[in-house]
Amino acid sequence: MKQLMLGNEAVARGLYEAGCRFLSSYPGTPSTEISEAAAKYDEIYAEWAPNEKVAMEAAIGASIGGARSFCAMKHVGLNVAADPLFTVSYTGVNAGMVIAVADDPGMHSSQNEQDSRHHAIASKIPMLEPSDSAECLEFTKLAYDLSEKFDTPVLLRTATRVAHSQSLVQLNERVDKGLLPYEKNPAKYVMMPGNAIRRHPFVEERMEAAREWSETSGINRVELGEDRSVGYITSGVCYQYLREGAPDASILKIGMTNPLPVKLIRDFAAKVGKLIVVEELDPIIENHVRALGIKVDGGKDLFGLLGELSQNKILKALGKATPDAVDFGEAVPPRPPILCPGCPHRGIFYTLSKLGVFVSGDIGCYTLGALAPLNALDTTVCMGASISGLHGFNTARGPESAKKSVAVIGDSTFMHSGITGLVNIIYNEGESTVIILDNSITGMTGHQENPTTGKNLKGQPAPAISLEKLCEAVGVKNVRVCDPYAMAEMKAVIQEELEKSEPSVIISRRPCVLLPGVKTAPALKIDKEKCKSCRLCMTIGCPAISFIDKKAQIDGTLCVGCDLCVQMCSFGAIGGNEK
Amino acid sequence: MTDTKSIMIVGVGGQGTLLASRILGYVLMEAGFDVKMSEVHGMSQRGGSVVTYVKFGERVFSPIVDQGEADYILAFERLEAARALSCLKTDGTLIMNDRAISPMPVITGAMKYPDEIAEKLRGKGVDLIACDALAMAQESGNAKSVNVVLIGVLSALMDFSNDAWQRALVACVKPKFLELNKKAFALGREYAAANLKA
Repeated sequence: MKQLMLGNEAVARGLYEAGCRFLSSYPGTPSTEISEAAAKYDEIYAEWAPNEKVAMEAAIGASIGGARSFCAMKHVGLNVAADPLFTVSYTGVNAGMVIAVADDPGMHSSQNEQDSRHHAIASKIPMLEPSDSAECLEFTKLAYDLSEKFDTPVLLRTATRVAHSQSLVQLNERVDKGLLPYEKNPAKYVMMPGNAIRRHPFVEERMEAAREWSETSGINRVELGEDRSVGYITSGVCYQYLREGAPDASILKIGMTNPLPVKLIRDFAAKVGKLIVVEELDPIIENHVRALGIKVDGGKDLFGLLGELSQNKILKALGKATPDAVDFGEAVPPRPPILCPGCPHRGIFYTLSKLGVFVSGDIGCYTLGALAPLNALDTTVCMGASISGLHGFNTARGPESAKKSVAVIGDSTFMHSGITGLVNIIYNEGESTVIILDNSITGMTGHQENPTTGKNLKGQPAPAISLEKLCEAVGVKNVRVCDPYAMAEMKAVIQEELEKSEPSVIISRRPCVLLPGVKTAPALKIDKEKCKSCRLCMTIGCPAISFIDKKAQIDGTLCVGCDLCVQMCSFGAIGGNEK
Repeated sequence: MTDTKSIMIVGVGGQGTLLASRILGYVLMEAGFDVKMSEVHGMSQRGGSVVTYVKFGERVFSPIVDQGEADYILAFERLEAARALSCLKTDGTLIMNDRAISPMPVITGAMKYPDEIAEKLRGKGVDLIACDALAMAQESGNAKSVNVVLIGVLSALMDFSNDAWQRALVACVKPKFLELNKKAFALGREYAAANLKA
């Protein structure tokens, strides 16, 4: 029977059916659910690694060790893992290895809009691109066969609308070929210059062989419609948009984005009139077609380099009609994401904002501290950059700078790549203050365990790495632990540590309020008689507090009684949840 | 494809739009349709606007609902109804939980929450069903059941049997909360049935 599955769940099912035995990943929207769903299959060993580089290296080791292996990451995670990526291309595999990378056109939950197809081309690794859940499952299985056939890892590229869309899939049985033997083969697995020089020609030959395979394998599909005046070349979810908008169009649907076919494209171009390439982000297919000397009558000039496409965007770009729509006719205030009611990060950002310090930010829920009314962050670049970036900032600006600046980083992000920045501060005698926002979980991606939480991806108990001991071990003398709900105490601790002419780590510790098992207090109420309409409680940016009829009001369905607003109010107007 | 039907479920992150779409998806799949649903996870779920697209028909291609394409919009909040309006077919139906949750730009005073949204929507000729899903959810015993109340309202407008919806509830809702959600669903379904007759 067919099942409705997320693209990510379908990839996980593909792993199961393909006999995958080893998974190591780091969470990242929109890739996270692949690993969570795969972890539910007992046959697959599944783990969260501290970062994508470690995950990929573990998967390489498992492949060499004879197990079909897998790792998943978001597009920016592939940058973290780019070092092993470019060399596993040379070593190739023993058992099949598949790397899933999920792009985020439109940046629903990302800091950039990179097109990961560039990584496939640059690293000379085949890349498959499914366009719905059924293909997610099918292509995952195919990727393992290709991996072993061509002695290469295979990249599986999804995007938000494939990863997070549900569609029907047909399930099959698992086929497990068992653990393959390991045979020592330094010429293949020890990539020192003398060996790598001999592997490089193999890599080039392999990609040509993969291209030859892709010409006729059916992974790239020609659908000639009634209308052949225009032919479209497209891939991934863009195929679905195009097919919906133009049911009779002639389409070459690319399933293998790297290497791209040559003969197939030439044949298709010869059968149609004009040729239009429909792809999101960068002109990868378009440039390939142009380089073949084939005329492209429309591509990025029509569709642009930015964001997601859709059926109507494609139709409009082609000058075709789209359905009529009703407009609301006045400005609808945007609803940006916010720190949740009771979020342990809120008080810290209020305090930092009040202190007027430079805040070097990082990637996680706490990036939302950049938004009004908290406006706390000065920078956010990538995972781990809060600490290393602050060191550079303070070194550039001199000793006084360290007394007016902090880095903020979550527990999971600290384990991912914050610790190396801290090592750099100690080693190079910096004086920066780092605040680790320890909410006992990887929050933004939807609550994944990490090396500090005491549980693993399978939900079983695991050793919990102590943040304070880790920081002390690298040489931080001032390690303080504080409860972010106690605002005055936290403020005092931050001020004390900023004053010191040596590095400090403040661990702001309180679990994410959304975690199961976290007890919250009853909702607070505002005594309208006592409320002087000073709006101070509004400055913490709690979504449960609004201002109605010139008085503050608390939404009882949102409030979790964290008491932050109680600490803000000078008139004792907030309370009502005392036990 | 002309036979493809499109539904949008819009709300505020944390309101339970995903469960609503899963119940709907189950009914559609069981009825033998090709189904696609698109969700947004991650950052948007933290109190921001959230949108789920549900599409069904003989063969569905695009997983998203674009401007002027939605047969039904199920809005969990007024402002989100106004935001999603441009996606409604000119003869589509908008079901709205008649309740306001202020977004941060309104809370900080940078922008004003539009007033009389229901009246304005009707003024534009929108086929609107505005209901107090929160009151019905509270009546069912849990304020968080707004999602299932609204699915109940939608169910009355669609051609699937009550049994089919009940099976979907059993499949999608945790057993611990099943009875409560069945009650919430029934309240929404009865409300719509009464409202449609009137």
